[in-house]
Amino acid sequence: MGHTFAEKILARKAGLAQVVPGQIVEVTPDAALSHDNTAPISGIFQKIGVPRVARPDIHVVVLDHACPAPTTKHAQNHKVTREFVAEQGIEHFYDVGRGVCHQVLAEEGFALPGALIVGSDSHTPTAGAFGAFAVGIGRSEMAAIMATARIWLRVPESLKIVVHGQLPEGVTSKDLALHVIGDLGADGGLYQSVEWHGEGVETLDMEARMVIPNLMAEMGAKNATIPPDEVTFNWLEGRARAPVEPVYPDADAVYARVVEYDAGTIEPVVARPHTVDNVAPVRQVAGTRIDQAFLGTCTNGRLSDLAMAARVIEGRQVAPGVRLIVIPASSEVYLAALDAGYLRTFVEAGAVVESPGCGPCMGNHLGVPAEGEVSVSTANRNFRGRMGTKESDVYLASPLVVAASAIAGEIVHPRDL
Amino acid sequence: MTIRGTVWKYGDDVNTDVIFPGKYTYTVSDPAEMGEHALEDLDPEFRFQVQPGDVIVGGKNFGCGSSREQAVTCLVTKRVGAIVARSFGRIFYRNCINNALPAITCPEAVDALERGDQVEVDLEAGEIRSPKGTFTFPPLPEAVMGIFEAGGLIPYTRKRLGVGE
Ligand code: SF4
Repeated sequence: MGHTFAEKILARKAGLAQVVPGQIVEVTPDAALSHDNTAPISGIFQKIGVPRVARPDIHVVVLDHACPAPTTKHAQNHKVTREFVAEQGIEHFYDVGRGVCHQVLAEEGFALPGALIVGSDSHTPTAGAFGAFAVGIGRSEMAAIMATARIWLRVPESLKIVVHGQLPEGVTSKDLALHVIGDLGADGGLYQSVEWHGEGVETLDMEARMVIPNLMAEMGAKNATIPPDEVTFNWLEGRARAPVEPVYPDADAVYARVVEYDAGTIEPVVARPHTVDNVAPVRQVAGTRIDQAFLGTCTNGRLSDLAMAARVIEGRQVAPGVRLIVIPASSEVYLAALDAGYLRTFVEAGAVVESPGCGPCMGNHLGVPAEGEVSVSTANRNFRGRMGTKESDVYLASPLVVAASAIAGEIVHPRDL
Repeated sequence: MTIRGTVWKYGDDVNTDVIFPGKYTYTVSDPAEMGEHALEDLDPEFRFQVQPGDVIVGGKNFGCGSSREQAVTCLVTKRVGAIVARSFGRIFYRNCINNALPAITCPEAVDALERGDQVEVDLEAGEIRSPKGTFTFPPLPEAVMGIFEAGGLIPYTRKRLGVGE
């Protein structure tokens, strides 16, 4: 009997011949990611009472959630983090302005095929786009990893999603992922390892692929993965920090469930307030007036996202009374978008371009909505209160839909602009 | 250990943004103050009226969303006795174990229990006793029971590393 991706990689990391779903294994992660929560985590670590971090080399710390600091409290938090990484010899530290942690983890070559990654952030599965086993954990667990370099993981059941055919022109991987979440529900992959297979994902470029595991956190998944191929290896060329040791599921692996989709039938969609699985075709909500459009985040703040938005916006103006906030996911994306002229396009259209980081995604700063306002956003979460006030509506959509809606002043199908 | 309290009942997909809003994650660091925001965007009454030992009953996917541990800490601060749900968001579930807050998967109890019911949760026996009936649930996997018994992951880690008080 064959094994799934999750079973094979966890067996390898635990040093066991094989493992079965439900089994609990103890492992040492190849990378352990934390962000602005490193300061409180360091406090918990100090409470444990060991003086030194067990494996400073596996920790990757990226300041991104409220950067640059909007308040003295946030600044204090950053300061504690800087002092902690210096004192503990954590060299993989990326300060304010480098970008959103999941994007930086990839750009800096930690998100690798066959790597086991944990992160004290729920969107850690993003690295699964490269064939890593990447899971989100809590703060105490990260503190315990600092002390012991070990963590327990339950071997998950696996869900196989096969996407046949190719996405039509103007339909993005965001639409595909939201469509699947709408179909399977917010707990459609609960506790599971979600494997994505088929032509529909193989034909996506690396940036478009990263959107899919990123969003699988919204289906309750433990991790999500796309088998690495030439596209993956090419992207990693010159970036990978360690030898690449891919893990592939066996052809006769046993899955809890297999679901198939036809990419050709997917259309642009939005997730309506206030849950990510409240998905509808864009045309069904077309005409919904918006106050703000947000292009950015670890989901859709990459160069190709900015490029597709810039193509929509070029030569047009953001609708009167609407704010368009653009936040590149990293400094690398920022520079590339600068060179390509996209940032000029945005600013000329009346947009506000902010420095790399999470921005208003979780309601911290740089464009939080007022009460009663409506936002359309490329982020991954639209829960009540997510962007700072519970009295505002957030629609999630692709960069194409967000850009077109910013111009129209209301939610619009890009083709109807 | 037996927990006794009143039921607070909620629906499906209660996410961590409504349990502990994201905007407080880097401005509120004192656990006592975290308790003052517990369930703020879901049930504004809760934080003023919850009593030690009270039991939260939720639907499926309770605690989905962000990994923020404050969503558990704020409930521990309020001395919530246990959470019973149809299923849990996985990081929230881990955070519960790691903070020794019983997170019990028991769909039958969720169907039966209503806000205001008086319940007794017996962790050893794996039973929820209430006027609506007695419901059973499986014990924690042995490998994680140790964490729970030590009073959470941090005391467990100290014990394991042989670090004294
Ligand atoms: S961009 Fe949003 S979802 Fe992504 S890591 Fe930052 S806060 Fe989380």
